[in-house]
Parts: sequence; structure tokens; C-alpha cells
Amino acid sequence: MEEAKALLFIAGAILMGLGALGAAIGIGSLGGKFLEGAARQPELIPLLRTQFFIVMGLVDAVPMIAVGIAFYILFAVA
Amino acid sequence: MAGDTLTSSEYIKHHLTNLTYGQHADGSWGLAHSAEEAKEMGFWAFHVDTLGFSIVLGALFIFLFSKAAKGATSGVPGGLQNFVEWILEFVEDNVKSSFTGKNGFIGAMGMTVFIWILLMNAMDLVPVDFIPYVAGLMGVHFLKVVPTTDPNATMGMALSVFALTLYYSFKIKRPGGFFAELAFHPFPKYMFPVNLLLEGVSLIARPISLGLRLFGNMYAGEMIFILIALLPWYVQWTLSLPWAIFHILIVTLQAFIFMVLTIVYMDMAYTVDDH
Repeated sequence: MEEAKALLFIAGAILMGLGALGAAIGIGSLGGKFLEGAARQPELIPLLRTQFFIVMGLVDAVPMIAVGIAFYILFAVA
Repeated sequence: MAGDTLTSSEYIKHHLTNLTYGQHADGSWGLAHSAEEAKEMGFWAFHVDTLGFSIVLGALFIFLFSKAAKGATSGVPGGLQNFVEWILEFVEDNVKSSFTGKNGFIGAMGMTVFIWILLMNAMDLVPVDFIPYVAGLMGVHFLKVVPTTDPNATMGMALSVFALTLYYSFKIKRPGGFFAELAFHPFPKYMFPVNLLLEGVSLIARPISLGLRLFGNMYAGEMIFILIALLPWYVQWTLSLPWAIFHILIVTLQAFIFMVLTIVYMDMAYTVDDH
């Protein structure tokens, strides 16, 4: 029982950690590309910002889901 | 705060249980009194809170917008008319930039999807214990106020969008054209079973990711609000205020993404590739 509980905590930690890692890489490169595009063509900033937020929402969704499930495991199951 | 008799995990589970109406094990119909009872009801169990809140919010949306439309003047517009016109223009811009076909129905659908999901998501910003506590005083023991934290609601919307895209794909491209699009795409024609497999998976993945993205975001947000509510009352605001402000972004962004993806999928149904 104790071991099973410890495994649940480790599962939650892995969920949050790997989710954050992926999102950090994704949003980092996305933001970098956005700034590059904005610097090259400042007149396109409003258009780029909309697209930036769409893709950010898509990237952001997966780690947020992971955090939600991890919290459920940590606080409700374990 | 949790009630004195509940442990924190019971409190969380209680908050994540829907008010379910269905057939009891003894054959009679009624509300479930525990999560186990709700599980035993099987397929034909209705989540009364999800249905109720989504219908009430949908009615609110129709009422407000029809009021603005009926009272619209060409003179000096009032606050409501300005607001509605602003949303309408915002949705119209998005539809015009992503949808290339000809269909008067897309704009209306995009706006309905956007405002309805926005209203349902915004229920997340109501303090987690507020409505369930009032309902508890009136004898309703389970209540989940955010319809989009129920996968039934989000998957239902995603499947409706999927059914519409299939309908328009068949209508615009004819079954033959639709099949050709699925079968002859990434690789040459003689490899059509592989193509069919690849395109089929990406077709099925669309509604699933559309529904689960919205559900997962709202569920995670709700989960964090519930966890914050477990803290002592004097430190709650230090966490719930920043999270609520950040959540305003997520609430709008997810509604917006659902709308944009709906429009993009409908556009895919309209674009005819030459094969």
C-alpha cells in the first residue's frame, strides 16, 4: 500500500514535469518565431498575434490537462 | 472550506460528481444519491446539472442577443448594442479570414459556439462552493456548475461539429470525391489502404481532440479552484485571485479556439482538392 501511494506521487510529478517541459519548449520556440516575424514585418503584428494566441492555446492545452490530472491523482486518489 | 466532516479527497470527489438522473438498480427512476449509485445507472443516465446550466446559459445568450437585435437603431447605439456589434464583427472577421466557401450558416454557428462556450466556461469564475452550497441548502446534494467540465457536454458539441463537417463533405464533394480525398492523398493511388488508414485516423482524431481540449482545460482549471478552496480562508485570495485572472484568459482562449477550429474544419469540408 505504501509503495503504491509513493508510485502515485511519482506519477503525478512525472505528469506535471514532462508536461511543463514540452510546453516550455513549444511556447519558447513559438514566442521566438512570433518576435522574429514581428521584427521582420511590423505591419503584420495584429494578424500574427491572433495566430500566436490560437497556437498558444493549442500548445498550452496539453500541459494544463496534465496538471489537472496530476492534481487529481495527488489530492483525490493518493 | 471543506465541511468539518469531509476529508479533502472526499471534498474533491464530491465536487466532481454530477447530479445524475437515471434508473436505479431496483428499476425506479430518480436522482442518484451517491457516486456509486450514479455509476450503476449505466448509459441512460442524464447529468441534470450539465443539461440545466447549458440550456439556461444558451437561453440567456439568445435572449440578450435577440433583445439587442430587435432594439437596434441606426442612431446612437446603447451599451448592449455596441457590445453585440463588437462580438459580431469579431466573429465575422474570423469567419471571413478562415472560411472560403459560400454558406450563410457558418457565421451564425461560429458565433453561437463562441458565446455559448464562453458563457459555460465563465461559470468557472463563480466561487466553487457558492452555487453548490445554496443548492445543498435546498436539498440538492451534487452539483457541478460548469457544463464544460463534463466530457459529455464538450464531446457532444465536438461530435455535432464532426457530423456537420461530414454532411457538408458529402454534399459538396459527393461521396466519391470525399472518398478520393481520404484514399488518394499522401501517397500514390495504388497505396490507397495506407492512405485510407492515415487519413482516417486524422479524421477521427479531429472531434476527439476538439472535445477533449476544451474539457481538459476547464477540468484542470476547476480542479485547481477546488484545491485552493481547501486552504484556510485567509490565504485563499492570494492564490485564487491570480488564478482567476489567468483563467479569464483560458476561458476566452478556449472558446475562441473551439470556434476557430469549427470554422477551419467546415472550411476543410468545402475545399475541393483536385485528384
